Amino acid sequence: MDTGIGAAVTRKEDFRFLTGQGSYTDDISRPNQVHAVFVRSVMAHANLRSVDAGAARAMPGVVAVFTGDDLEGVGGVPCGFAPDGGPMNEPPRPVLAQGKVRFVGDMIAMVIAETPEQARDAAEAVYVDYDELPAVVSMEAAMADGAPTLHDLDDNSCFSWGIGDAEATDAAFAEAEHVTTLELVNNRKCPNAIEPRAAIGEFDTAHDSYTLYTTSQNPHVIRLLMGAFVLGIPEHKLRVVSPDVGGGFGSKIPHYPEEIAVTWAGKQVGRPVKWTAERAESFLSDTHGRDHITRVDLASTSDGKFLGLRVHTQANMGAYLSTFGPLIPTYLYGTLLAGLYTTPAIRCTVDGVFTNTAPVDAERGAGRPEATFLLERVVEMAGRELGIDPVEIRRRNFIPPDAFPYQTPVIVQYDSGNYGPVLDRASDLADYAGFAQRREEAAGRGRLRGIGFAAYVEACGMAPSQIAGIIGARAGLYEAAQVRVHPTGSVTVYTGSHSHGQGHETTFAQIVADRLGVPFENVDVVHGDTDQIPFGMGTYGSRSLAVGGSAISKALDKIVAKGKKIAAHALEAGESDIDFTSGEFRVRGTDKSVGFGDVALSAYVPHNYPLEELEPGLDEGAFYDPANFTFPAGCHICEVEVDPETGQAQIVNWNAVDDFGKVVNPMIVDGQVHGGIAHGVGQALLENCAYDQESGQLLSGSLTDYCIPRADDLPSFCIETTETPCPHNPLGVKGCGEAGAIAAPAALINAITDAIGVAHVDMPATPEKVWAALQSAQGE
Amino acid sequence: MYEFNYRRANSVFDAVESSARAEDASYLAGGMTLIPVLKFRLAGPSDVIDLAGLSELKGIRSEDGAVVIGAMTTHSEVAGSAEVRQAIPALGDLAESIGDPQVRNRGTIGGSIANADPAADYPAAVVGLGATVHTNSRAIGADDFFTGMFETALEPGELVTSVSFPVPDRAAYMKFPNPASRYAIVGVMVSQGNGGTRVAVTGAGGSVFRVPEMEQALVSNFSPEAVAGISVSADGLNEDIHASAEYRAHLVTVMARRAVAAAG
Ligand SMILES: Cc1cc2nc3c(=O)[nH]c(=O)nc-3n(C[C@H](O)[C@H](O)[C@H](O)COP(=O)(O)OP(=O)(O)OC[C@H]3O[C@@H](n4cnc5c(N)ncnc54)[C@H](O)[C@@H]3O)c2cc1C
Repeated sequence: MDTGIGAAVTRKEDFRFLTGQGSYTDDISRPNQVHAVFVRSVMAHANLRSVDAGAARAMPGVVAVFTGDDLEGVGGVPCGFAPDGGPMNEPPRPVLAQGKVRFVGDMIAMVIAETPEQARDAAEAVYVDYDELPAVVSMEAAMADGAPTLHDLDDNSCFSWGIGDAEATDAAFAEAEHVTTLELVNNRKCPNAIEPRAAIGEFDTAHDSYTLYTTSQNPHVIRLLMGAFVLGIPEHKLRVVSPDVGGGFGSKIPHYPEEIAVTWAGKQVGRPVKWTAERAESFLSDTHGRDHITRVDLASTSDGKFLGLRVHTQANMGAYLSTFGPLIPTYLYGTLLAGLYTTPAIRCTVDGVFTNTAPVDAERGAGRPEATFLLERVVEMAGRELGIDPVEIRRRNFIPPDAFPYQTPVIVQYDSGNYGPVLDRASDLADYAGFAQRREEAAGRGRLRGIGFAAYVEACGMAPSQIAGIIGARAGLYEAAQVRVHPTGSVTVYTGSHSHGQGHETTFAQIVADRLGVPFENVDVVHGDTDQIPFGMGTYGSRSLAVGGSAISKALDKIVAKGKKIAAHALEAGESDIDFTSGEFRVRGTDKSVGFGDVALSAYVPHNYPLEELEPGLDEGAFYDPANFTFPAGCHICEVEVDPETGQAQIVNWNAVDDFGKVVNPMIVDGQVHGGIAHGVGQALLENCAYDQESGQLLSGSLTDYCIPRADDLPSFCIETTETPCPHNPLGVKGCGEAGAIAAPAALINAITDAIGVAHVDMPATPEKVWAALQSAQGE
Repeated sequence: MYEFNYRRANSVFDAVESSARAEDASYLAGGMTLIPVLKFRLAGPSDVIDLAGLSELKGIRSEDGAVVIGAMTTHSEVAGSAEVRQAIPALGDLAESIGDPQVRNRGTIGGSIANADPAADYPAAVVGLGATVHTNSRAIGADDFFTGMFETALEPGELVTSVSFPVPDRAAYMKFPNPASRYAIVGVMVSQGNGGTRVAVTGAGGSVFRVPEMEQALVSNFSPEAVAGISVSADGLNEDIHASAEYRAHLVTVMARRAVAAAG
């Protein structure tokens, strides 16, 4: 069976997961561990008159109760990004509240007991005397004149940021024959990884060192942030382990206060301290995603040529800045507003706003779904207003294939792309030509049928570190890998990427098997433990294969280069005469060869070995810093049928063509696209993170009120890929993890509005909203 | 969960006795509501009396023109029952529409009606089919059983033993589910038979209610058109993040019309 690059190999990790043998943080029990429960604010905004833990400390099994007073000297939770380096209001986020709480779920006290149930009992006995303050829940309320402020600031503004040429954009609008305007809400979401967050903090007095087990997508980032910026623990004394992690969707990127609390407390109580969130706690305290209010204007000629785009967005930061909160609605958003189009002038301004809600950070797509949604909605609307077919208006504005590399007006330069064939193929797959007939047939059944397009381009493979630094990231964004060939030729790969559902153990092993010609089974991938892996930045932004895979590829180059030296010595030939293919080092033009396994063995048993020139061993590391982002693109086409009496929209067809560059494992790619579409369908139809606008209570705080999509909410997907290899990374890969979530919302809302003949419906397009839109359309 | 005494009852008599002796007992049926309530610490009964072992409360039988369902019969047993499917298919459809397979395999008809969730499906069946609820001490008519949101005519410690559904000439249930929980945003059971003509609505109000205007219209003309023009007032209907009162009122008419059409 082919297990190399391009083969649909079944996933190595599935046996472990499907037989219940995964080892997640909550599965780990440390000797002598105790259990933490956090007392969380029940109010959205309040001063704390007092926090009385006296009764709680006397409860059975209680080991310790800590409040804000105990952690006064401990640093707050840091933020990892300030757009353009600032200015940005960056108020402190204490680990436990210091006299004030700012959202329902804010942490007030930490109760540690012998059992989780005893800790829960005692947590109820912690008496919190709240002095309730008026809450600002919506961004409108937060920015109103005289609004109560969350922090010691003049108002609730976090930052005001802009990108693109304002003058050129104004000029474009001045000469426009047509302007399409849309005001929209990009709805707030709860990421809902199936595994709740968990953490165990442990201090080893013998070695004066700490270990944190945590559900993180990026253990080294946590080690750096917590060690250097919060607790002052040097890296060599802090080990962070992210074992099997059950999904993240971005919500497990940030550094969370619970991680700090258990690590700190583990030393205080001298025993490992374990905490696992309950689902209700996850809803309250995991970072949320999206939450924008936007106005977009698109200037065009009367025949649909785009001239300029103006976007203004308010982005909800929540009560505090999460690690990458300010990055998402700025550089991961504004830079994608050119889309696939030659729009020459673009200006986007974004205001970050504090509200009495949970912090907002990355969620699958992170900024790009928001950009794609507004762009593909306004493009579709412009087509409808101008009487131009949705395929045609897109085609008229596509960046032509000979224009790459293409410099957009919003900083980024697209490396490659060929959009026309993607759109054509997707239209064929969707039988766009036959749509009118299907619509008519549906009408006969009393159903309104609509079709919606979304063409997207996204930036993955984050990120060239120098660019990251210029735009305000307080980190580099390379990736690291170590390829260790063992004496008998089996291989362990240590990667800084982190798999929490992506199947890296399979994909990365395929790359190694392909390059070294060793059996796939002989390759294992290790990730998630800072004591084992090289310093890596983790997994998010569809970066693992493009950046982490490229680091592995570079390390493999070094392995092959060294192997050639060893083989040349063994074969008594010049190094430059050695070719390496299919696991054999061969003297070019001869039948003299030596296998990879023999070379590995002689590297570790160097009896006949050029020791004067070459060290023994076959173990190479590499860091890879990408030259550019990668730019996957694609086109998704969705068809819906709406029941006009109830407003219920049912997805009846989903066709998509995506260009992810080179595909290593098509089955895993399909899975990522399916999951991504499901994610986007959830946002567009079902998921609504709702707070009470007065009290700031979370109204959608359980899975009986917050609807994540299930299999029967989705159709069978018909998806294909095309391949325009990425020109600047060694694997030619681009990234596929977020594409579905980026494309789906616009495709779906375009389909629904097409079906019911209205300009716009905000997400989630619940039956009631669709019904109400139909009612008002009929009223007109 | 707070601590409680657990007792597995070995007869209906034992269950009722144990409940009477305890300070504050709860019966445990499928546990689909009670267990989460305990886990959230929203209730702290002194005793939990498990009905799981009581075979006398399980099963489905036909009796004098009625289908009698034991209180501990699960939703999936009702949905899969040939007897129910044959006599009152609408009841099988309703049971099939509840939650998800796990919930249907655990949840019971007795637990559902004792709990009287305003969005539960069975209340629409009990009232819409004119059923009789049998308890350890008496029989309670459908129209007297549900008294408000999460409230019933059951006295403290009174145990539901079975529910007896008269077989109608025709009946159908139409439900517009909450996409997250799959409880009813609006569910309408329509029936006609010996017990008269009934239209019962669940999900829309604080408790299941009948729509007399629709019932009268159907007596003379059992057709979808008869109810199509009749709407209930939105005043006092439920309003939450899933649906406004106006939308619920609108759905009552749509679901009623579709139920009548399906009942034929
Ligand atoms: C995820 C989910 C989805 C659901 N979806 C739906 C849905 O779509 N439609 C729907 O109708 N329901 C739904 N339910 C409810 C479920 O179907 C059960 O009917 C309900 O939870 C109660 O039944 P139970 O047997 O689990 O009772 P329990 O939870 O064991 O008990 C509920 C209450 O009834 C009392 N009780 C139980 N049996 C008796 C008895 N014989 N006599 C007196 N008192 C008794 C208990 O003391 C308790 O107070 C859902 C539940 C869940 C968890």
